[in-house]
Amino acid sequence: MAITDQEIAELKEVARKNRIDTIDVTGWAGGAHIGGALSMMDILTILYWKYLKIDPSNPDWPERDRFVLSKGHGGVGHAVVLANKGYYDPAILRDFNKTGSAFGMHLDGNKVAGVDVSTGSMGHGLPMSVGLALGARCKGEDWLTYVMLGDGECDEGSCWEAAMAAAHYKTGNLIGFVDRNHMMIDGPTESVMSLEPFADKWRAFGWETREIDGHDYTQLATAIEFAQGYTDGPVMIVANTVKGKGVSYMENDPAWHYGGLSAELIRQAKSDLGEG
Amino acid sequence: MGMQNQRRVYGETLEELGSRDERIVVLEADLRNSTMTALFQRAFPERHFEVGIAEANMAGIAAGLALTGKIPFVNSFATFAAGRAYDQIRQAICIGNLNVNIVGSSAGLSDFGDGATHQAVEDIAIMRAIPNMTVLAPADGNEVREMVGAMAAHDGPVYMRLNRNDVPDALPAENTFRMGTPVVIRDGKDLVVFAHGIMVSRAVQAANILAKEGVSVRVVNVSTLKPLDEAALLDLAQGFQGVLVTEEHSIVGGLTALAAYVLRGQGLPLESVAISDVFGQSAHSHEELLEHYGLTAARMVETARAMLRRGA
Ligand SMILES: Cc1ncc(C[n+]2csc(CCOP(=O)(O)OP(=O)(O)O)c2C)c(N)n1
Repeated sequence: MAITDQEIAELKEVARKNRIDTIDVTGWAGGAHIGGALSMMDILTILYWKYLKIDPSNPDWPERDRFVLSKGHGGVGHAVVLANKGYYDPAILRDFNKTGSAFGMHLDGNKVAGVDVSTGSMGHGLPMSVGLALGARCKGEDWLTYVMLGDGECDEGSCWEAAMAAAHYKTGNLIGFVDRNHMMIDGPTESVMSLEPFADKWRAFGWETREIDGHDYTQLATAIEFAQGYTDGPVMIVANTVKGKGVSYMENDPAWHYGGLSAELIRQAKSDLGEG
Repeated sequence: MGMQNQRRVYGETLEELGSRDERIVVLEADLRNSTMTALFQRAFPERHFEVGIAEANMAGIAAGLALTGKIPFVNSFATFAAGRAYDQIRQAICIGNLNVNIVGSSAGLSDFGDGATHQAVEDIAIMRAIPNMTVLAPADGNEVREMVGAMAAHDGPVYMRLNRNDVPDALPAENTFRMGTPVVIRDGKDLVVFAHGIMVSRAVQAANILAKEGVSVRVVNVSTLKPLDEAALLDLAQGFQGVLVTEEHSIVGGLTALAAYVLRGQGLPLESVAISDVFGQSAHSHEELLEHYGLTAARMVETARAMLRRGA
């Protein structure tokens, strides 16, 4: 067993807290990309609390694993994860998105500790991750690059150009995730621009591909441990998720791609998440 | 004074245009409720093409549609419409001088919440630099209405940028726009202000403040940034003590650079109230950012005073 029941219980509790804090920061900010921050939260939690080789007290440690949030609009969730992991005081997030704050909607790696790559425009994270992976290989270093893509983001041709390059260069030190929540802004991915057969596309592009439930910690652990051990080329984990996961009125509603939260909506969200 | 939202006026005008002209087709990249092409889509679903988050592809498809005699309107946030699709716009659209209209929504700092990645401070510069391209920046909702019609009537590539937020009316409801021609909004005799976009109404505010100090200011709306009637611009500055240029855009490659070039050799003092070659950032309001970057009537007043003091 790659992961114990107790570990799973602990990770779920961390994720629950991360989701609640993401709700709070969204409230303070006056609005944020909450739906996609919640859908990827279990993946971020298991990565940051179990698998990433990192040291929050030394964010620039050269040997650290790199994490690239290619779907940079999820920054509100990533900022909470980094705070709760100890990169900085969570209280600083009260200023999220204020003029002059280090924390903008899309996190800036020059301003926020623990952010390896600045993102926000879709379709840049995967090419940059291929570059990171090739750089590590050139330098003979054994850290890994993890990258999180949105499914809508995969409409961008640059993702597939990078997919080709990663397979061509057999980047065995690159592990990709797609937060496959089946939603983008204008609606479901399959009605806006069909992606299916999605996992087969990654396979056809030469990626060792796994399709899992992105909220199931056993499946996540199995897929991640497989990917860590697989060195022949890049691995893509297509993680089926629910946009707005954990908050009843947000789940699977594309209207909650971005939103502001009234006191009442915050109360309801927290109660859905088992608090208050 | 009324307020209008340029995006809404654009969406409504596009829909109306669509009902009069079968050739109008609309392309969208997963932002239809923001760019407001959702209105066109509802009315003419068969002429609205959603391409997903693929702006470069969208520009290429538009070029193909133009080659079949259609009049495409391509839509995204300005930074993606102009930036992400730059090479497609240059190679597939402008070299062929194809009839494609590109609309950059949420331009300047107006997408205040999303920060540097989403704020187009250089869209005018990069679009102006491409041969064959026409570049437009409407001052208010009324001008958007007229511009959209002019874009459809114009044969060749056009880029128009739009503000995200409600903006005060700066111009009369009709006869506000003639492509290529700078228009005097408020006349004066001491100082001339060249402006585009939301800075036009701010320039009028500054002019009202300066009037109380006995400084008479002419405000000119330069809503066509290319091709610009350079002789007209020169004419409008003749006899003035100084020129103030203001724009919600980088000082690189926008109206500031354009005016400095056109007015070269005239011996006229020229100052600019614009964004000083830096990226934007996230904020809780557009106004907060405009203050932060000094894009205010107060800054124009200070700049004007300093210029006149030096000149005196
Ligand atoms: C190049 C580019 N085009 C458009 C946008 C605007 N935008 C931000 S998020 C988003 C939708 C993202 O959908 P998806 O990747 O599925 O993310 P998720 O559903 O996980 O939030 C869009 C179109 C952008 N950030 N970058």
